[in-house]
Amino acid sequence: MDYNFHWRPVFKSLPDLLESAILTLEVAILSMILGIIFGLALSLIRIHVKGPLKWFAISWIELARNTPALLQLFFFGFGLGAFGIHFSPFLIVLMGLTFNNSGYLAENFRGGFNSIPDTQIRASLSLGMNHFQTYTRIIIPQVLRVVYHPMTNQMVWAVLMSSLGMLVGFRELSGETQFFASKTYRIFEYFAATAVIYYVIVKIILGAARLMASRLFKY
Amino acid sequence: MISISNLYKSYGSLEVLKGIDLNIPKGEVLSVIGSSGSGKSTLLYCINGLEPIQKGQIIVDDIDVHAKETNLNSVRQNMGMVFQQWNSFPHLTVLENVALAPKIVSKLSKSDALEVAEKQLLHVGLGDKLSQYPSALSGGQQQRLAIARALAMEPKCMLFDEATSALDPELVGEVLDTIRLLADEGMTMICVTHEMGFAREVSDRVAFFHEGKIEEINQAEKLFGSPKSKYLQKFLSKVKT
Amino acid sequence: MESSATYFSGFSLNDLWFLGEAALRTLWISFLAISIGSLIGIFLGLALSVSRIFSFTLGAILDIFRSVPLIIQLVLFFNFAPIIGLRLNPFEAGLIVLTVYTSAYVANVARGGIEAVGIPMRQAARSLGMNYWQDLRYVVWPIGLRAVFPAWVGVALGVMKDSALVSILGYVELLKASQILMTRTQEAILILSIAGAFYFALSYPISYYATRLEQRWSK
Repeated sequence: MDYNFHWRPVFKSLPDLLESAILTLEVAILSMILGIIFGLALSLIRIHVKGPLKWFAISWIELARNTPALLQLFFFGFGLGAFGIHFSPFLIVLMGLTFNNSGYLAENFRGGFNSIPDTQIRASLSLGMNHFQTYTRIIIPQVLRVVYHPMTNQMVWAVLMSSLGMLVGFRELSGETQFFASKTYRIFEYFAATAVIYYVIVKIILGAARLMASRLFKY
Repeated sequence: MISISNLYKSYGSLEVLKGIDLNIPKGEVLSVIGSSGSGKSTLLYCINGLEPIQKGQIIVDDIDVHAKETNLNSVRQNMGMVFQQWNSFPHLTVLENVALAPKIVSKLSKSDALEVAEKQLLHVGLGDKLSQYPSALSGGQQQRLAIARALAMEPKCMLFDEATSALDPELVGEVLDTIRLLADEGMTMICVTHEMGFAREVSDRVAFFHEGKIEEINQAEKLFGSPKSKYLQKFLSKVKT
Repeated sequence: MESSATYFSGFSLNDLWFLGEAALRTLWISFLAISIGSLIGIFLGLALSVSRIFSFTLGAILDIFRSVPLIIQLVLFFNFAPIIGLRLNPFEAGLIVLTVYTSAYVANVARGGIEAVGIPMRQAARSLGMNYWQDLRYVVWPIGLRAVFPAWVGVALGVMKDSALVSILGYVELLKASQILMTRTQEAILILSIAGAFYFALSYPISYYATRLEQRWSK
């Protein structure tokens, strides 16, 4: 083994890497927030609505779940380019991740809704609550608990998936790493450091999720 | 208080209620008995507007429940309903379970809602469980919680749908005691029940349902003491308590 | 008419053939990674369930593969192999990473399956005079398999979709082939749709069947 490891350039660019890690977190969190909103809507449409809207929801959900995330990203990146629609790399990644998150979260939500017995709805209606109040006060809080763990997993997935950004020119953590790696030819060192950063990010997310769960769900 | 005339209800092609006429004056306790599938529970769901009806009329406190212009949510505020499965809201504390509807439906202030809730919980004997979650309660306690939750809306009548049949035998007593308490206080009530002894003791009148119709209705003592219908005689001999 | 086809840089029948071949490569690398990875994963899962020390140390190591983006793992290993004197082509490097990645996920699933069987059932088996391997073969395997088969299908389909990432090493599987064609023909939507349809046609029926199976078993 005659390879000489050079870690100094990595340390020198560590601040830049960490800064790009913030971008990674930003796009992941944003795509999760949007994913929760769309996912909730998709799951409710899939459960309650009939007709074309339902088929739209099912197509979205199943395409998101049954094709590679990278292909979805390419679609937003290059596919829409055919119509003359061009997005910034940030938007491409955000849309790709949101599309993917929404599909997976929608199915988690559907499972959550199905796990709440109908009798809970009857009980709250019988107290004079309207349907909106029943959903926001009784059903969704319980669903959130059921889907909390899968949602945490999806957040981790969103962080991991955002690394695909480097393939569409987005300078998040992986993109930035590739930039430095190709500038210095210290590919292994840079990517090793980045692997550590991802690992730490994932651990922080899981730790924070656990902490939040213990405060949110006392029952 | 509650008046039902010529009520028909079916699920698809299955006719469950076939022409029910029933009048319940204020303060009366009516028990409804009959074998399962005879339409007893469905009647309560129709009165509460949880199930649509095909024909007839249900009037509660001068309001036609199933009329188009009726706001069901406000009608339901006048009726408390207690279900077979106790349906406590697992994500809320005992106190919050009871205070929620007064706060968001009756629009009481938070402190007023909590006060009402606490009063009703004391009423049903759960004053020491206020800050616990339902999962820490026994089935009997959860059912009393459900009663308190309904009472907190200050309903004019109460509907009990087999309130004790999902409970372990040793827990039935405490729930029946609570219902008995309400009867003594003059609450108008319809109790669908399997507890014949309870029906006989607490009710003013008892209705026997058979295949979607009221086969026999009479004062409790008379209905149990000298049943006329042969179906009722058969039913009573089977469930003899 | 025929001669015009040679000048036409648009999508041709030959290209479809090219995509088909690439799809077979996707299938091949996925098949190998899933089967070898599952085999290793099952043994890792057993090891995890056997002792606390294993579960802690081995668990922590496997956790790394689930907390670092696959794309980073691929780049890292592809650049690390030559350092330790391994000459690997993109297929070999991709297969190794994908296999290890699979086994890390399968190990977790397998552990879940073993735990699902529960101690009392296994004690009962042992009390009947079964030895450790008989217990595994006749009690843990059939019951545990039922419990986690849908989860395993999920992992396998995930790996199949993730195999698209091996494209970054230059291995011409389906997504790489699509990229090549997209650059030449500028028919991004068409080509991405064909590639997407292939992944979907493979993934959707299997996941649909797995869900149905899960529903049937849970009754």
